[in-house]
Amino acid sequence: MATRQTRAAARAAVAPSVLVLFLWMIVPLGMTIYFSLLRYNLLDPGNESFIGFLNYEYFLTDPAFLAAFGNSLKLVGAVLAISVVGGILFALLLDQPFFGRGIVRLMVIAPFFVMPTVSALVWKNLLMHPVSGLFAWIAKSFGLEPIDWFADAPLTAVSLIVAWQWLPFATLILLTAIQSLDEEQKEAAEMDGTPPVSFFFYIVLPHLARAITVVILIETIFLLNVFAEILVTTNGGAATNIPFLVYAQALLQFDIGGASAGGIVAVILANIVAFFLVRMIGRNLEA
Amino acid sequence: MARAVSLRRKSLTTAAAWLFGFLIFFPILWMVLASFKTELEAFSTPPKFLFFDWTIENYGIVQERSDYLRFATNSIILAVGSTLVSLVFAVPAAWAMAFSPGKRTKDLLLWMLSTKMMPPVGALIPIYLLFRDGGLLDTRVGLIAVLFLLDLPIIVWLLYTYFKEIPGEILEASRMDGATLWREIVYVLTPMAVPGIASTVLLNIILAWNEAFWTLNLTTSDAAPLTVFIASYSSPEGLFWAKLSAASTMAIAPIMVLGWFSQRQLVRGLTFGAVK
Repeated sequence: MATRQTRAAARAAVAPSVLVLFLWMIVPLGMTIYFSLLRYNLLDPGNESFIGFLNYEYFLTDPAFLAAFGNSLKLVGAVLAISVVGGILFALLLDQPFFGRGIVRLMVIAPFFVMPTVSALVWKNLLMHPVSGLFAWIAKSFGLEPIDWFADAPLTAVSLIVAWQWLPFATLILLTAIQSLDEEQKEAAEMDGTPPVSFFFYIVLPHLARAITVVILIETIFLLNVFAEILVTTNGGAATNIPFLVYAQALLQFDIGGASAGGIVAVILANIVAFFLVRMIGRNLEA
Repeated sequence: MARAVSLRRKSLTTAAAWLFGFLIFFPILWMVLASFKTELEAFSTPPKFLFFDWTIENYGIVQERSDYLRFATNSIILAVGSTLVSLVFAVPAAWAMAFSPGKRTKDLLLWMLSTKMMPPVGALIPIYLLFRDGGLLDTRVGLIAVLFLLDLPIIVWLLYTYFKEIPGEILEASRMDGATLWREIVYVLTPMAVPGIASTVLLNIILAWNEAFWTLNLTTSDAAPLTVFIASYSSPEGLFWAKLSAASTMAIAPIMVLGWFSQRQLVRGLTFGAVK
């Protein structure tokens, strides 16, 4: 069906998108790589000089990098654990027949639509404030000492906020996946008298494996880039992750060279995850 | 649904599901309640749940003191503008990929997707410097350009999956009837593609509305959308909970409504079709 004419038209139709995305990808990346090899500080303009991989050496051996790297991993790990385990449990619950499914579904998905700066500030103040926050009041009602979240456990606090934003996402996707489980398979298992626990481990979980992988990969890509929540709650501090470290180095300390090296490190980390995700989606495209 | 479920079990699940839904939704509810309190009540211990003097003065004050409408206008312009620009680029591209696929179409799609996975900090520094030198910092044009590039892969991808569902035979038939390429697109393809395009637009507006990395880093006031407006409440002197809550409620309400309408497309859009 494809004549030469339509071929040419198709190429012309795709070309603009490909071109702008190619530029968007290659120009900033090329410049970041170039900057990362320079001694380049905005406070000292005109004195840029080539210094090879020195910026990388500084960035990677800086204790702040190790701390930020650790924080990035902890944040991703904690949010993934909460959202995937919670998501599976809640998806199983919401898959059961009950009254008012539509409304509960709307309530559950709502946090995902809240912009990051709003969720961070509402949690930080209204809920997690050590004196007047709701959590403090609940703790005191049970005779416990309220937690001063952002002073004592800033990373945990940020992780909780981010997990609240992503749990709905995981729940919704896993629920969609559970609902595609064959109804006859459920009935057959029921007729065989399969206990719920083995039904879950031998039928539901394998069926969800793919959706769980997708959730993990997509969330990881977004979670590696968490920025706004940290900016408005702790403004760095003990919750600094890699994106925030790069931001601080560039726009607060004006060290363009060092920050660029950090940016490239972040790109490499993200690409490791992206590699698996793209392969997986590509496999799906064939099916 | 053929399975018989006892009423008792259904009641138990109902209670559990509502409890869970309520807990997840609670922070939003609590914020909306606080927005109708006075500052004193918003701060009070023990907290006041429903029995307080309901007031809407916070909403007026937020608009008056910090010009909510200006930020909201920017949010709308940035989200809608970037989505429309993306559509202009994406519709022809997705159309070509869906109906006239070549050997490399799949690779091209995956490559477009992979640009989405580039962490923004990898591009922040050059973009910031280019914007500074080009006078684009804190301008709507500059930000629309960035958001457009962030949106484009998702829009192409989504449109592609929707277009794929349109049977190619219909296009062939119109071609046999002598329709030109232009007529084919306008009269045959577009009407069938409208639902897909609409849900793509909806999802993308939501994502652009909530985008908070580039907006925080590239705008300060003139082009600043609601994400930046809310971030300004993080300074200690801005800590008025009732006003923060009123501003937050106004910042999320429009998009929450859109989001609820588009929750079906959400799964498909955010997993790039990997889960349907």
